[in-house]
Amino acid sequence: MVTFLLNGETVEAQCGPTETLLDFLRERRGLTGTKEGCNEGDCGACSVIVTGEDGVARAMNACILFMPQLHGRAVRSVEGVSGPSGEMHPVQEAMVEHHGSQCGFCTPGFIAAMAAAHKNGARDHNDQLAGNLCRCTGYAPIIRAAEAAEGAAVPEWMEEPVIEAGLAPVAMPESSDALADWYAAHPDATLIGGATDVGLWVTKALRELDEVAFLGRCTDLQRIEIGENEIKIGAACTITQVLEAMREPHPSFAEMLRRYGSVQVRNAATIGGNIANGSPIGDSPPALIALGATLHLRKGGARRAMPLEDFFIEYGKQDRAPGELVEYVTIPRQKGRLRCYKISKRFDQDISAVCGCFNIVVEDGSVASARIAFGGMAGTPKRAAGVEAALIGQPWTAENVASASALMGEDFTPLSDMRASAAYRLQVAGALLQRYFAEETGARANLLEVGP
Amino acid sequence: MSVGVSRKHDSGPLHVTGAARYTNDVPVPANALHLAFGLSEIARGEILEIDLSAARAAPGVVDVLVAGDLPFDNDVSPSAHDEPLLAKGSVHYLGQPVFLVVANSHLAARKAARLGKVAYKEESPILTIDEALAADSRFEEGPRVYAKGDVAAALDAAPHRLSGSIEIGGQEHFYLEGHAALAVPQDGGEMVVHASSQHPTEIQHKVAETLGRPMADVRVEVRRMGGGFGGKESQGNALCVACAVVAARTGRAVKMRYDRDDDMVITGKRHDFRIDYDVGFDDEGRLAGVDFTQYARCGWAQDLSIPVADRAMLHADNAYHLPSARITSHRLKTNTQSNTAFRGFGGPQGMVGIERVMDHVAHHLGLDPLIVRQRNFYPSAVSISDRTKPTTPYGMAVTDSILEELVGALAERSDYAARREAVAAWNAENDILKRGIALTPVKFGISFTLTHLNQAGALVHVYQDGSIHLNHGGTEMGQGLFTKVAQVAAHVFSVPVEQVRITATDTGKVPNTSATAASSGSDLNGMAVKVACEVIRDRIAAHLGGNVLFEGGKVFSAKGEMSFAEAARSAYLARVSLSSTGFYATPELSWDRIKGEGRPFFYFAYGAAVTEVVIDTLTGENRILRTDILHDCGASLNPALDIGQIEGGFVQGAGWLTMEELVWDDKGALKTHAPATYKIPAASDRPAVFNVDLWEGENAAETIYRSKAVGEPPLMLGISALIALSDAVAACGDAYPDLDAPATAERVLAAVTKVRG
Repeated sequence: MVTFLLNGETVEAQCGPTETLLDFLRERRGLTGTKEGCNEGDCGACSVIVTGEDGVARAMNACILFMPQLHGRAVRSVEGVSGPSGEMHPVQEAMVEHHGSQCGFCTPGFIAAMAAAHKNGARDHNDQLAGNLCRCTGYAPIIRAAEAAEGAAVPEWMEEPVIEAGLAPVAMPESSDALADWYAAHPDATLIGGATDVGLWVTKALRELDEVAFLGRCTDLQRIEIGENEIKIGAACTITQVLEAMREPHPSFAEMLRRYGSVQVRNAATIGGNIANGSPIGDSPPALIALGATLHLRKGGARRAMPLEDFFIEYGKQDRAPGELVEYVTIPRQKGRLRCYKISKRFDQDISAVCGCFNIVVEDGSVASARIAFGGMAGTPKRAAGVEAALIGQPWTAENVASASALMGEDFTPLSDMRASAAYRLQVAGALLQRYFAEETGARANLLEVGP
Repeated sequence: MSVGVSRKHDSGPLHVTGAARYTNDVPVPANALHLAFGLSEIARGEILEIDLSAARAAPGVVDVLVAGDLPFDNDVSPSAHDEPLLAKGSVHYLGQPVFLVVANSHLAARKAARLGKVAYKEESPILTIDEALAADSRFEEGPRVYAKGDVAAALDAAPHRLSGSIEIGGQEHFYLEGHAALAVPQDGGEMVVHASSQHPTEIQHKVAETLGRPMADVRVEVRRMGGGFGGKESQGNALCVACAVVAARTGRAVKMRYDRDDDMVITGKRHDFRIDYDVGFDDEGRLAGVDFTQYARCGWAQDLSIPVADRAMLHADNAYHLPSARITSHRLKTNTQSNTAFRGFGGPQGMVGIERVMDHVAHHLGLDPLIVRQRNFYPSAVSISDRTKPTTPYGMAVTDSILEELVGALAERSDYAARREAVAAWNAENDILKRGIALTPVKFGISFTLTHLNQAGALVHVYQDGSIHLNHGGTEMGQGLFTKVAQVAAHVFSVPVEQVRITATDTGKVPNTSATAASSGSDLNGMAVKVACEVIRDRIAAHLGGNVLFEGGKVFSAKGEMSFAEAARSAYLARVSLSSTGFYATPELSWDRIKGEGRPFFYFAYGAAVTEVVIDTLTGENRILRTDILHDCGASLNPALDIGQIEGGFVQGAGWLTMEELVWDDKGALKTHAPATYKIPAASDRPAVFNVDLWEGENAAETIYRSKAVGEPPLMLGISALIALSDAVAACGDAYPDLDAPATAERVLAAVTKVRG
């Protein structure tokens, strides 16, 4: 049985391992306020508030949340954002007052995301609501509403008591040891972290997953340890956690993660999933590779480590044995020279056409070391080895940067697809190196810093 | 006063609490059936064999239908009877419904729909404008041509001449609520359909045809849509018809909704265009004539493409008085989704053509583009005499322009001139980032160009407790039509708007309605409601002895002061009918679309926007920094709702021309079929500074309380973003940018590279 709080009431439900929260709410509970807009976590119409064991309220996409992920947690749908006697929450009042709804279909999802942000005191509304699409209003009245509700007290009904969850309904190991043993014994199973990718296997590819284990209760894999020599990130850490941890040591990485998915996606997606799925367009691998990260794998009791770039063999193929899991990733401590650039059709919540990450150390006017990695340029996340070699040992000048930029075509043969043409990808890869140089040498090159 | 004030959307409290009910939220009986289409996997070919054995055997499947299983008509076209519900013998685009799975759940139907095996004899598809031209694959016998004066002579005689071409991409509607329908069979063969549709009468018509029954046997109800934007004018026919057919076959309630990917792959979108131009002008940028050739990619079926392409021609002049013009329009038939209505209905594409010309002319002469635009404006109403009425390329006199004043006021309040200088100064100091600014106007014709559609009906009941039940032919898709129309009713009776109960659109209450489209919802239905309310009000007044004043919820007459409820009860007791229909037909329209002559529009709506952008010349990435808008809603019925339409319309229009890109592969497969790959603007994409004001004035035409239509016109304010990007690119060198739309980072970078030579 999955045991969780739903709008303040304890629910015990018999659920299949890949039944989604959205279907459960709408079809089994008749709670039709939460809407299906895209069924893939990209529009936010199904946003709900999930409060974990840590008591933090998080907006998440119900369409790609599997029911076991809620075990022991509290869910609040739009119906529960209103008070028990139908009182409106301050964000609901503000949305009505400021004409924040037109067709109203996206509105329940906005309300959930706004109420979660309101509870957390967040005021970066564009970021908090980047995962909620609205086609009617142009967003202006919604943001006005979010601003208007900022100062209002959080209604007491938004508090979530801790509940006693019984035995997990499916495999939900509670430590990395238990997980490693279980996975070694079930090597064909699917491990599910946040389900932001696996969710689509179910909702779009219509796959049935026979054997699954959920990582949500594997607490020792959800930690980030910042040591003197390295930063150790557990595989089940969410992107939200990584973003927060990177703000100080590597702010450009954090800024890139701000644009990774949306609040809803980052609250679910894990760094381990972003690496293990082997996607050539995941955004964290290029940054981690540029930082010289090491990947730590584990099968049963056996562990091994490798430079992260070596994990990606070719498109769809990684150096991972059946039953072997990504346990954590380590980054050597270093000066923060990393800059990450994400090129996409939309700034927020878009998959990169090209993600370029640059970590270049200049000593006495010459390049002492260079680690440059790209997503979207090959079948895997990949280093620009030729460009790096051309830079190292050379004076750090615009001329040398320009000539090194021109070598991207020797390192990469990108594809054309719906996100960008091959020619654009190549041109931009070189241009991003020039942007790095410009920013390092004080030129104005950041579009997002230009004000009206 | 109930009109002219900012009432909130009547469904606002329901929206924010999740209580607003959409089609997919209507409770259904436990034994309801669910449908999914099996889709064509190729863009063009003959169907050799359909093997449905695996689909039939799949869990939860009740039945699978093919074209031959349809007992009566197999057509869901709103126009030319060329759109079978299920493919008959051949397929014409990748995504065309071929078979229909009936199952006991939505998921079971979706799963089984992927199990059909269809064998095809594949033919090479016609996908692009050039391929269609080469194959002479088109709708209508040849290109349509509208002309004014001798354009060839004008071009030859002009001191300057330029030619060029712009590609304008299509646009996915991306209504947040995907298509959905529910059919509930009644006794005696009647059918009730709950639809998410802008056009309930069309649904009723197509369902009746397919069931082989009279329209009177079908009743269609629409409470609200989760967005429409034109995408639910005709594209919901297929789902409603499919549900009705299966409901009639099984006697069970039947529901169908498209998963988002199916929705995007199956349904039509905004027409993509290429527009070639040849323009002559003098040293000051005054146009002598323009020769436009518009190529519209219509997709596989006619749908609404003819009037869409017509409207593109009718907006080829936009705000500019062209001494001579020729507009040639090719309506090309391709093996792609059948493009359809989308907010602006071709008007935006036509307008992009002439705005591109203005931009190009100004660039060529080195003049401020705003000055060139102003020199070419239709003269304002105040400055024209009867003898010199300026006319459009289709011969309609433009007598209501306010653009000279409106644009002047906008330029001043947005500080256009100083900012243009500041942009130039900033660009001189910055190598990598460049700014651009542009002011573009909008003049949009209001009325359906198919004249007979300009009619509407209403049904109003006053109950003996004074409460008012209001119904009309328009549908609510978020635009606030119901709120505005309720304001009209409250205004006529002079009662609080809360006393008016707005009810779901229902073909059983108001018959023979037109689609809620062409921005006409409140113009048409507001008038019909006003007529109906006035009939009832006048009956109450006559009953009270005449010379009666309705004011502030009270009724004053020779019989003294009474509440509206008391007046209603008094009339009831005296056996006075408190129910009335109302009807309205727009006057003064006459239009010959073949000749391209007449008065297709009752009036024009005006507006203008100034947009400032910044681009990154290394990558082509770009942002909108600030937009100032001044828009004409006449005497606005509801300023808050109108501003909502303007803000939303601008962002949707800017999205169309910047980041929203539809991509098909060379087999005709749409590769951008979900929000993961098709990007509509997100919150941070709206202008960082966004000032929207309404022009103070009233409609010169006798519309409902002298207001103006507002649904579509503001979308075209988004053109200012495209032209501002062109301005920023032009700062990179001497050549003209020739920036195509959508101006994605990739296209902007290509233009920068070109300009730099």
